[in-house]
Amino acid sequence: MSNGMKTYKQVFSELSDLNRAALIPFFVIGDPDFDTSLAIIKTAIDAGADILELGIPFSDPIADGPTIQKADIRARNSGMNVQKAMELIRKVKDYKDIPIGLLMYYNLIYQYGTEKFFADFHEAGVNSVLVADLSIDDADEIATPATSAGLDTVFMVTPNTNPERMKTIASKTTGFIYTVSLLGVTGSREKLSDAVEGLVGKLKKLTSVPICVGFGISKPEHAAAIASAGADGVIIGSKIVGLIEKNLDNRGKMLSEISTFLGGVKSAIEN
Amino acid sequence: MKYKGRFGDYGGFYVPEVLMPVLEELEQAFYRFYEDEHFVAELAQLSKDYAGRPTPLYYATRFSEHVGFKVYLKREDLLHGGAHKVNNTLGQGLLAKYMGKTRLIAETGAGQHGLATAMIGALFGMETKIFMGVTDIERQSVNVHKMKLCGAEVIPVEGGTGTLKDAINEALRYWTAHVTDTFYLFGSTCGPHPYPTVVKHFQTCIGEETRQQCLEQIGRLPSMIVACVGGGSNAIGIFSAFLDDKDVKLIGVEAGGRSLASGKHAATLVAGRVGILHGAKSYLLQDDEGQVYETESVSAGLDYPAVGPEHCLLKDTGRAEYVAAEDAEVLDAFELLSKSEGILPALESAHALAFLCDQKGKLSSDTIVVVSLSGRGDKDVSIVEKRRPLED
Repeated sequence: MSNGMKTYKQVFSELSDLNRAALIPFFVIGDPDFDTSLAIIKTAIDAGADILELGIPFSDPIADGPTIQKADIRARNSGMNVQKAMELIRKVKDYKDIPIGLLMYYNLIYQYGTEKFFADFHEAGVNSVLVADLSIDDADEIATPATSAGLDTVFMVTPNTNPERMKTIASKTTGFIYTVSLLGVTGSREKLSDAVEGLVGKLKKLTSVPICVGFGISKPEHAAAIASAGADGVIIGSKIVGLIEKNLDNRGKMLSEISTFLGGVKSAIEN
Repeated sequence: MKYKGRFGDYGGFYVPEVLMPVLEELEQAFYRFYEDEHFVAELAQLSKDYAGRPTPLYYATRFSEHVGFKVYLKREDLLHGGAHKVNNTLGQGLLAKYMGKTRLIAETGAGQHGLATAMIGALFGMETKIFMGVTDIERQSVNVHKMKLCGAEVIPVEGGTGTLKDAINEALRYWTAHVTDTFYLFGSTCGPHPYPTVVKHFQTCIGEETRQQCLEQIGRLPSMIVACVGGGSNAIGIFSAFLDDKDVKLIGVEAGGRSLASGKHAATLVAGRVGILHGAKSYLLQDDEGQVYETESVSAGLDYPAVGPEHCLLKDTGRAEYVAAEDAEVLDAFELLSKSEGILPALESAHALAFLCDQKGKLSSDTIVVVSLSGRGDKDVSIVEKRRPLED
């Protein structure tokens, strides 16, 4: 990284020395409003987040279930937009130098101007930009501008991705592979998908790129199972975004419940 | 993917990774079967006996007198289900059957595509789920009931304004979770590759028949073809046979809603900017940042902020021209065709007729215009009644 900020590589290498997986919470930037969102993210950092995965709210989030959809609506209703998201990211980086992955829908990047988007957000402190609705077949539309902006690349693998595609995806990934645990959209699930362990194992055999797992992870024991399957990171979104929704009228309780939950996950993946 | 699915720079397949394998499977199946002897024969038989093809090309004498030039109607409104939608649902439904899929899902706006899918679900004995926005469910209750009578489950979608865009979002989410056994029967020439190509293929029958009927009945090609454009499937269907006939003007009419100036419309090609939604690059109604607008139109079937990628290319090359008709003009045209010909057009198709009314006095009397009368207006009677109460 050109601007000296902490890289994914450093984080994964530190954690691997400790034999630990990374804790990666996901939030929609500006949910439910700018100030509370910043407070929530700081709380997550204090609770032990190793990397942050952040989304800029979009009108049509086709890869997201109801919980994240509602978060997008809350954030947009409170006036969040691309410029303000950049401002919030800067404030997060002022608080702590923690790697940040953006999770985006393509149209917002395309309208901003792909090269400029990557350059500006890298400058603000972002390490990678994962585009939910852009497959590896079109990776060149973003990989080249991302790399020249100094960003790492992150792509998704799903349970129905065939081994040939997995190899292609791994070869184009410099940050980590965002491994989707199940066939479906984001959202808390009671039970961890049966597909996870096999999927992590397959990827681990194929590549040395770090493997982080997300979608449907909603309990400390889910995270523990994913970590012991060999994953390098655990991404948790809907579960904590649900805690925001549940406590909209009580910010103190919201922050303490998020802190407690992430603390529990942190200890579950620490052994 | 074997093909890029691009029309110029438009189209493509901008979808999450989870949908890529299933789109590849669909692409493969389409190119395997679309010229397959048994598939073609079975589709031809069903198109004739079940759907009612070929549809007539009708010279609308009294309507022509009103506008001052010769108007022919391609009567897709006479098809089973009341719209051109069945051409596509029969084709894709048969494809689903050949692929061994057991469940159909579809999005719907006006309910015409939903109904046409429900019919085919019943025909082939497949479980069918139709995703429909709550606003559309309310304004198209007759179609909702018809879908249910055909055995389909209608799933109300609450997001956004409860219209077509929201229904597509939700259908895509459902598909993501059920990719192995579910066939997404997409209703228009939009969405990710291969849908724009697949839907166009099954709608080209409109144009092929029209061209042949013009030559047989009139002895020449028309001066102009006019069709409404939401996603653009009936338009691309009828345009497709005339693309090389440079003397035939192609006009697509979008939903001007309340008015273009009010921002309450769905005139994507007329007033939009290039963007990416629902898997494809196309003109898009969006704000400066790229958030997609909620659209507004008296016709649920045109109420969509994106548009088929091939129409985007036809606009840019100038081969087709796109205009907008406002709700008030559309209702006038609806009433005019009903009174002059005894044919109630779908409000979608009435957009094309509104353009003709606008051309009154501008075209010479020997001008021949063919209108794609894509659907019938029975489903819209209660909307028209509300907007234009009849005097006793």
